[in-house]
Amino acid sequence: MATKSLKARQKDLAETNKQLEFLNGGIFAEGELPYFKDKLANIGHYPLRPKKLEILQINVGYMCNQICEHCHVNAGPDRKEIMTRETMEQCLDVIRNTGAHTLDLTGGAPEMNPNFRWFVEEAAKAGIQDFIVRSNLTIIRANKKYYDLPEFFKKHNVHVVSSMPHYTRGKTDKQRGDGVFDKSIKALQELNAVGYGMPSQDLRLDLVYNPSGAYLPGDQAALEKDFKKALDEDFGIQFHNLFTITNLPISRFLDYLIASENYEDYMYALVEAYNPAAVENVMCTNTISVSWDGWLYDCDFNQMLGLKVNSKIKHIKEYNEDILNDRNIIISQHCYGCTAGAGSSCQGTVT
Amino acid sequence: MANTYYDPADLRKFGKITEWSEELGNKFFEYYGKVFEEGALSAREKSLIALAVAHVVKCPYCIDAYTKDSLQRGITKEEMMEAVHVGAAIESGATLVHGVQMMNKYNKLSM
Repeated sequence: MATKSLKARQKDLAETNKQLEFLNGGIFAEGELPYFKDKLANIGHYPLRPKKLEILQINVGYMCNQICEHCHVNAGPDRKEIMTRETMEQCLDVIRNTGAHTLDLTGGAPEMNPNFRWFVEEAAKAGIQDFIVRSNLTIIRANKKYYDLPEFFKKHNVHVVSSMPHYTRGKTDKQRGDGVFDKSIKALQELNAVGYGMPSQDLRLDLVYNPSGAYLPGDQAALEKDFKKALDEDFGIQFHNLFTITNLPISRFLDYLIASENYEDYMYALVEAYNPAAVENVMCTNTISVSWDGWLYDCDFNQMLGLKVNSKIKHIKEYNEDILNDRNIIISQHCYGCTAGAGSSCQGTVT
Repeated sequence: MANTYYDPADLRKFGKITEWSEELGNKFFEYYGKVFEEGALSAREKSLIALAVAHVVKCPYCIDAYTKDSLQRGITKEEMMEAVHVGAAIESGATLVHGVQMMNKYNKLSM
């Protein structure tokens, strides 16, 4: 289990250009596996173009109380990248005027941003249809100052989306750290207690499942059924939906794949599972990702690879939805992660 | 040629058997796919049966494939090991039940 981010460990892969070199070289450069752009070209989708913007995803900082082995953000307690109030103000201007129906706050642990609550209060006033906060659950139990988060979320009608890699302690703690399972269970019970996740309630609580290793997620509906049964029987926990998300071969997960000699097999598995139907709804076609320092990206993964949008509008302070939407989406081999099987996005499968 | 009989990378090439006998290969893969679909048994149950059988027939490719398949389905390592024991119990039982044949023969030959 890592105790520091790649950056603090001064790993080569903390440099994004090293990751891109890796993803563009090896089995792809040798022609053993096809480049993602060739797959898109075969179905007339290269260059990949956005559709109508639906989701504005804002990363309010990379600081996190956890250090998960699969984390594509390479988040952790030692990350100092935190969105300032000034950038948040710029985001609010955009939130008030966007045509997007979903606002999606992520991190790190978004709650660790010192201006998080003010930002949520202001953003909630904009009347966005679906306001998501991606909460890692343990943050709710990490410190007294976070204990009232369930009530705070409820007050602002926030849609809570939380990571939960398995319904058993062993698998959860191996991926996310010792004690994470028990804290997550307690946090879920507290969210349930204020009305989150109840079948008859509007307070939405969804769970996100990432595989804890070098394999793809199984069937979303089947896993949801297993999670619901186990969490209800063992802990009396209710939730609405389970989203399965494929781990993309970047950042800490790429480091793990290489170190464990699983990289080639994993890329083969992604390419074999390539589903052209998933390309139609891949999330970069309806999402804009904003980084802690206000730069714009096609998705949170491209953000972590340092690939800013291919548009003359590159920063939130100069945001213009029409100009932004007229761009080519930047792709590389990590994109196979979003088109494997039933597809993968921050909202789960896409087919 | 590799100097071992089993190469993990060969599992990816399984589909190529069709190249030397298209009709039979295709029929096999169609059948195989159908067998593992959700039916009276769930796909999860079938995966555990496959994992147990993989051990009994001692197929390293199948063990790799169904260990991964089990992980993808969220099956726990405790469930996986129990399935392997079911296979092992049947296999050892199959050996031991022949002990009755031995006993019969012994008794028949003895005065």
